[in-house]
Amino acid sequence: MSTILALLETRDGKLRPASQEVLGAARTLADARSGRVVALVTESAGDADASLGGFGADEVLVASGERHSPDGAAATAARVARETSAEVVLLAATVRGRDLQGRIAALLDTGFASDCTAVDPESLVWTRPVYGGRAVAKVRVVGPVAVASLRGNHFPVVRREAEAEVKEIAPEPGQAHVVTVEAKQSARPDVAEAARVIAGGRGMGGPENWHLLERIADAVPGMALGASRAVVDAGWRPHSEQVGQTGKTVSPELYVAAGISGAIQHLAGMNSSKVIVAINRDPEAPIFQHATYGIVGDVNEVLPALAEELEKQDLQ
Amino acid sequence: MKILVFVKRVPATTARIRVADGLRMDPEGVEFVLNPYDEFAVEEALRRKEAAGGDATVTAITLGPPEAQKELRTVLAMGADEAILLTHSDAAFLDAEATAQVLAEQAEQRGPWDLVFFGKQAVDRDQHGVGPSVATRLGMPCLSEIVELEIADGKATARREVEGASETLEAPLPCAFTCQKGLNEPRYASLKGIMAAKRKPLETVQVDLPPAKVEVVELAPPPPRPPGRIVGEGAAAVPELVRALREEAKVL
Repeated sequence: MSTILALLETRDGKLRPASQEVLGAARTLADARSGRVVALVTESAGDADASLGGFGADEVLVASGERHSPDGAAATAARVARETSAEVVLLAATVRGRDLQGRIAALLDTGFASDCTAVDPESLVWTRPVYGGRAVAKVRVVGPVAVASLRGNHFPVVRREAEAEVKEIAPEPGQAHVVTVEAKQSARPDVAEAARVIAGGRGMGGPENWHLLERIADAVPGMALGASRAVVDAGWRPHSEQVGQTGKTVSPELYVAAGISGAIQHLAGMNSSKVIVAINRDPEAPIFQHATYGIVGDVNEVLPALAEELEKQDLQ
Repeated sequence: MKILVFVKRVPATTARIRVADGLRMDPEGVEFVLNPYDEFAVEEALRRKEAAGGDATVTAITLGPPEAQKELRTVLAMGADEAILLTHSDAAFLDAEATAQVLAEQAEQRGPWDLVFFGKQAVDRDQHGVGPSVATRLGMPCLSEIVELEIADGKATARREVEGASETLEAPLPCAFTCQKGLNEPRYASLKGIMAAKRKPLETVQVDLPPAKVEVVELAPPPPRPPGRIVGEGAAAVPELVRALREEAKVL
């Protein structure tokens, strides 16, 4: 029977949102290929129990080490892929997932497809944006097993009534280790993971105007803050919020670009968003050509009105 | 101390990407540059060499077309001591794992290395995989996407930003690193550096490419976004925008 191996990430015992999608995609592939989904967790188990059956897993393997080791986790994943004769190894295209995919492919002497936005379950042809979203490639992995990482917000999360079988397995040792994980204090989600993003650019005028964006983010559930490269380079906002080619690639359901002109490098990081809203004073700004909805106007005037209107809707 | 830095020639981030035959990018008229993330890798390699003093050396290596000499000269001008161009006319089209295989074989023959640096991704195929794969093939630990690095007492300690958190990692030396923006401020090549680079050793090696591990079935421009509309001007347009987001797009 075909095995789809889903490598999951947890933090503080909680399954990461991107990993829920990985399990969903694994379920879709397994159903199309009459296979089963084996989920692998290489950190402290926490949530990784029989309840993962509800997200699509048939079997859950827990190789809990005290600390995450990138090379150890890759070796464990490669061993499990061999033992289960996995046809596909799926990961989230997160910092950790991107770190592991090449290692796992190297250990299995196969290829990998990174940051995929779709897959054909029959042919196993993977769709992935390349050249920072300036082109889209369809690729097939040539090798005994296809390793692929999946971009967030592109694969449906599965919810079903089922329990998975859970087994403890031995982790492989590694040389490198994560020694501390400091979660961000902010209550807002990370821009790379959020389903909704509001991002500001130079047109915001200065870092002192970011409260306008924060007020909107407070009114919309699960909304993260983003920034253009120009404002990060100017020191207005941290690099962790930068969206674009030298920042994070995001594809939320809603992306609001405030005072962002839409340089090609910025578009590269967000043009796969489902709905794009552009607010800009300059009607000729390139961002309007990519926007689903646009408002031509000064952010200092439009954003407070938008915040007020959203607060009235009581979305929280 | 022997330091190795892996670099790549890539299209400039502002270049328009055209597809030649449904499978490959058409390089005609495209400006190529040193991969932006590799600048952080080169800078970090140079700083480690300067900190070590003595007979520490920085070697830059790339797999690329013959034209990639230009990017290697840039790295030499920044301060690297020598450069190696592994070349094949189709090198730019090889997938990440097969590329890692070629690079790891060559690095192994020329090693051992104390420190190995990569950019966290090349901005052409955006794979993020070559660094960790080469390190795995060399049997070295690899700390990826790092924004801070401290090396002391035979140990590397690095920090990286992951989704919603900051992680500190440790590994024994020798160690590999993939470099993220924020790690350092890459230097510009000085005029003196550019002149000196012309006399530094740049070795060209013709290599055979292994069979591809990923086959491109199709390369196409991104699908056009459905046409949008200007909702209106100024604050007066806000109620209509919110209505459209709730009722048409259903994203609120």
